[in-house]
Amino acid sequence: MFDELTDKLGNVFAKLRGRGVLTENDIKEGMREVRRVLLEADVNFALTREFLERVEKQAVGVLQLKSIQPAQQLVKIVHDELTAMLGERREGLKMSSVPPTIIMMVGLQGSGKTTTAGKLARRLKLEAKSTRLVAADVYRPAAIDQLETLGKALDVPVYADRTTQDVVKIAKAGIEQGVRNRDRVVIVDTAGRLQIDADMMDELTRLKAAIKPDEILFVADGMTGQEAVKIAQGFNEALDITGVILTKLDGDARGGAALSIYGVLKKPIKYIGVGEKPDALEEFHPERMAGRILQMGDIVSLVEKA
Amino acid sequence: IKDVVRTDVSVLFKGVDEGSLEALETLLIESDFGVPTSLALVAEVERRHKRGDVKSESEFRQALADGVEAALRKGNSDPALRTNPGGPTVVLVIGVNGAGKTTFIGKLSAAFRAEGKRVLLGAADTFRAGAIDQLRVWSERAGVDFVGGAPGSDPASVAFDAVDAGVTRGVDVIIVDTAGRLHTSDDLMTELRKIHRVIGKRLPDAPHEILLVLDGTIGQNALSQARTFSAAVPVTGIVVTKLDGTAKGGIVVAVHEALDVPIKFVGLGEQIGDLEPFDAGDYARELVET
Ligand SMILES: Nc1nc2c(ncn2[C@@H]2O[C@H](COP(=O)(O)OP(=O)(O)OP(=O)(O)O)[C@@H](O)[C@H]2O)c(=O)[nH]1
Ligand SMILES: Nc1nc2c(ncn2[C@@H]2O[C@H](COP(=O)(O)OP(=O)(O)OP(=O)(O)O)[C@@H](O)[C@H]2O)c(=O)[nH]1
Ligand SMILES: [Mg+2]
Ligand SMILES: [Mg+2]
Repeated sequence: MFDELTDKLGNVFAKLRGRGVLTENDIKEGMREVRRVLLEADVNFALTREFLERVEKQAVGVLQLKSIQPAQQLVKIVHDELTAMLGERREGLKMSSVPPTIIMMVGLQGSGKTTTAGKLARRLKLEAKSTRLVAADVYRPAAIDQLETLGKALDVPVYADRTTQDVVKIAKAGIEQGVRNRDRVVIVDTAGRLQIDADMMDELTRLKAAIKPDEILFVADGMTGQEAVKIAQGFNEALDITGVILTKLDGDARGGAALSIYGVLKKPIKYIGVGEKPDALEEFHPERMAGRILQMGDIVSLVEKA
Repeated sequence: IKDVVRTDVSVLFKGVDEGSLEALETLLIESDFGVPTSLALVAEVERRHKRGDVKSESEFRQALADGVEAALRKGNSDPALRTNPGGPTVVLVIGVNGAGKTTFIGKLSAAFRAEGKRVLLGAADTFRAGAIDQLRVWSERAGVDFVGGAPGSDPASVAFDAVDAGVTRGVDVIIVDTAGRLHTSDDLMTELRKIHRVIGKRLPDAPHEILLVLDGTIGQNALSQARTFSAAVPVTGIVVTKLDGTAKGGIVVAVHEALDVPIKFVGLGEQIGDLEPFDAGDYARELVET
């Protein structure tokens, strides 16, 4: 296991090989290295601080016992603690006992809501749950065309109404159509908005009150930086979201946003987006995410091989 | 190792003005400047503090703003767009998915129109659902020409056709939109190189500007994006979008330093007028004021 963090910690601890026992100062220096890795992964600053305090306490206990490989041990502590912080392995969508299950997609501009709505529709359709998409973004140029194109490609019906700007009316009509057609799921796509935009957030609050969604999924760009927590908090305070989907994790972003958002909101990360195509949606695995944040490759499969 | 020690300001500056320096470091990290840039900027403030130039809390902040502005003004930092005196100026717009490329193009066309320039947009995002329609709507809003191909068609040939049409019609500016792509996709980066090459085939020396659009909300990955995109095609400037939100886009400093290209525009909303030329001084001031 020769990843960057283990290497760096190896260097930190190398000079005390002669002494055999680690001092608290050595551990502090090791923790600074961990801190750097977390911040480079975009883990929230305040959260990083809390995390380090917790890990340090454990590390002092474990490492004092004349460890043979202190770097590896510290990495393991950090990894396990991160995994625990990211929560359990998650289940999928919560289905209503009375169909249709209503899902509302929300998030900042360009985070991936519309694309992810299509991905979810595809997945539900494969599970033989008839699904309908509703185009409730009346602002972005060609947002309706985008959803209709996706619907056509997936052979999923799309409800749209280009004659009104009233998203509550659109969503209600779309759901009524779903009820008439005995759909199992209706997914409502909404326009991207800033969490500080009071009017636009109010629109979502009204929409929620009108359609009573079973799931309100906050779609966040996996490349988001330090602001991830505040953005997620803004949406959660207004809407009490039920889950999170992190997108664009097919790149090389380390995805500290996952830890930041889950660490603060404790709302499940239901899926991750790993590409632009409709099938590029995966379940969320906390231990893999922890490995990714620490830049350790897939630690699980490494352990399994050993 | 020195770098490692510096990571913790309180260790280094104990007894100096620990609180102020630590507050600056927090401000920078929380604004996505990244660890190395934050440490360098704080170290500079510390030097000035030791010289006796910086004492009060507000002087600390001012010193930081000066440092940020200086970093952004270093090297290649002129926000003005390069133009082609002999014919149409071609601007190629690139970046990862959802960064704000198409919207930026809409706003930029309107700015050119306001100067009385004739503009043509080329819709070389033939991949994403609705992308061509989206750019067409923007071309109508801005009152500029539009060239698009069929969904799924070869983006390089759309780019070629757009430049060809622009040259033939004698427009002043041709702006080519491209599909969002993650820099880690080799196929898509190869496609981008091809778009770039084909534009140069139709009009030698074009494109005159290759603008990389970065989402202002992005974290440290922006650096990897910037490096990989500019290795594929010669990026000439950066556009930061969505700075009307609460994120500060601090990573642009590291990106500017890594690429030695100017930050040229800031996106401040979804409306056609929400675009401003980048100003290093304004940026630095707003950073420390909030
Ligand atoms: N590489 C990659 N691209 C993605 C992923 N999810 C979405 N995208 C792309 O991100 C861009 C924005 O996606 P949209 O679905 O339009 O985002 P949105 O949140 O609906 O945007 P607005 O409606 O404008 O707020 C598009 O280019 C998508 O193809 C993903 O998991 N990986
Ligand atoms: N608040 C805000 N939103 C913006 C800004 N610029 C773009 N957007 C929004 O961000 C979303 C994505 O913008 P696009 O212009 O479609 O982004 P793109 O890079 O072309 O996306 P792809 O082509 O899918 O890769 C849209 O909802 C835009 O309205 C900005 O400066 N501020
Ligand atoms: Mg959308
Ligand atoms: Mg676009």
